[in-house]
Amino acid sequence: MTTAIPARSGAVEAGAAAPAPVRAARGGFGRFLIRRVLQALAVILVVSVIVFALLHALPGGPARGVLGQQATPEQIAAFEAANGLDQPVVLQYLSFLGRSLTGDLGESYLLNQSVSDAIALRLPKTLLLTGLSLVVAVLVAVPAGIYQAVRRNRAVDYWLSTLAIVAYSTPTFFLGMLLILLLSQNAGLFPAAAPQGTGIAEVLAQPAGLVLPVLTGAVPIVATFSRYMRSSTLDNLGEDYVRTARAKGTAYRRVVLRHVLRNSLTPVVAMLGYYLPVMFGGALVVEQLFNYPGMGLLFWSAAQSSDFPELLGCVLVISVATVVGSLLADLLQALLDPRTRGGLR
Amino acid sequence: MTGLRRFARNRLAVVGAVALAVLVLFVLVGPLVYPTEQVATDLGAANLPPGVDGHPLGTDALGYDNLGRLTVAGRVSLLVGVLAGALATVVGTLWGAVAGYVGGVVDAVMMRVVDAGIAIPAIFLLLVLSTIVRPTVGMMIVVLGLVSWLVPARLIRAEALSVRTRDYVVAARAMGATHRRTVLTHVIPNTVGTVVVNATFQVADAILLVAYISFLGMGVQPPTTDWGAMLNDGINYIYQGAWWLILPPGLAIVIVVCALNFVGDGLRDVVDVKGRTA
Repeated sequence: MTTAIPARSGAVEAGAAAPAPVRAARGGFGRFLIRRVLQALAVILVVSVIVFALLHALPGGPARGVLGQQATPEQIAAFEAANGLDQPVVLQYLSFLGRSLTGDLGESYLLNQSVSDAIALRLPKTLLLTGLSLVVAVLVAVPAGIYQAVRRNRAVDYWLSTLAIVAYSTPTFFLGMLLILLLSQNAGLFPAAAPQGTGIAEVLAQPAGLVLPVLTGAVPIVATFSRYMRSSTLDNLGEDYVRTARAKGTAYRRVVLRHVLRNSLTPVVAMLGYYLPVMFGGALVVEQLFNYPGMGLLFWSAAQSSDFPELLGCVLVISVATVVGSLLADLLQALLDPRTRGGLR
Repeated sequence: MTGLRRFARNRLAVVGAVALAVLVLFVLVGPLVYPTEQVATDLGAANLPPGVDGHPLGTDALGYDNLGRLTVAGRVSLLVGVLAGALATVVGTLWGAVAGYVGGVVDAVMMRVVDAGIAIPAIFLLLVLSTIVRPTVGMMIVVLGLVSWLVPARLIRAEALSVRTRDYVVAARAMGATHRRTVLTHVIPNTVGTVVVNATFQVADAILLVAYISFLGMGVQPPTTDWGAMLNDGINYIYQGAWWLILPPGLAIVIVVCALNFVGDGLRDVVDVKGRTA
């Protein structure tokens, strides 16, 4: 009877992926660092090409995007000449890259604001919401994963694994609606509207309004991370050092909590970096559902009104954040566990 | 032990397979035995609770019978999910097999493209694409498929890396088989287990993704609907306690995605060579 549900090495939710095998040059952290940073830069370059291509895939190109469907050919030609859109594509791309590097992401059509200002105002609030969800999720997922690994293939492990799949299969917005129905509509415990305000302080001043959004964001993370924690703990329980420690008379509980926990956490910490795109995707839905004034809601409003500079600016910022996040996660893992730097095991 | 018996030993996988069969029957046969009006509105019969006036699951704000709507919406959700998952699997398998088989610089470039695609969260990319193209059912399939081929590409590349060093591949090359023939008849068929298991998960994820996009109001447009769009309509009545507009489509999504995940795990037991001796 197969009760064990291995952490799925595929998509976790909406485009997440298992970490690419960390391949590094033999010999030392320095070479690994250089190699991994170069790889991340290459990925960012490809992301910028994709975003640039999307901008040019707009019907009628960026000019029609800005001027609207009513623009005459003369207006479009004038706009293209004024903005360098009549130049060769390669030159246009280079100038787009140069502007992006200096933080100039263009002007939002909708908000009377530059794209970078609009993002800078809302990103901290998204990070706050996501960070709180992550803290809550890790506090639940790590003990749950260890407990399942210790009780592997028993009824409790079986039920928790099944529960994790059910939680993973539940769309975030449906979960949020259920929580609104149960805890806000029926029980009246928490408000269903997220805190409003321009600054972090104003948001934090209304903690009751944060409960449902944070909870909604946390459940899918628990579902994924408890499974990774379980399989990582299982791997470590089979290691020689566990047998050695047990043979020397160390209590099982102490071995698990002092040795296995530390070693099992490393790959899970590394997963955090790869999980960033999922968390940003989750934030989009949670912010839209609870009307929380973060970057996800900004992006959603931009999509409603076809505000392309805003949309593509957000995509660029989020993607670069994801690449940097997975880079940091890999570096952290390589520092904590030299075996992952390659070949020296 | 045969594959079928290995699959049958995983009770959750069997439950998943049965649930899938029931749901597919529900959306395919449902509208035939329980025909309802889903295009013309009937505002006189709007927002009825379940059981009133012969509507087992009530009606929505436009007077559509909710049970009937669940069946026609399910057709769209399942169709888009299955075809988008299949498209993603085909594109990802070819991409990964070529990258892993060729190796070297080509592999490095191809995999950086995959890394870049994975760095852009799918929901964000899909919302951008839905503002550029009109989200018809066919377009949703293509767009979803093109957004979600990255994970299978990585998995198949890893498999192809090991398959290409096997003797039968070396032998095929020595006998003068072209690269194209070697990839199509030797490399890809030997990754079929991974492909099939992953395809199940791809369909599950595609069904989730299409629900997200529709819930955000950027999916298929009326009069076409799907389960995510039903939830998007229902949320406006959540404060009037209209649970019958929310629970049925939401639970339908949860059940079908869960079932596909259980079936995928069961299939993995069948193809996993390592697990066979354990």
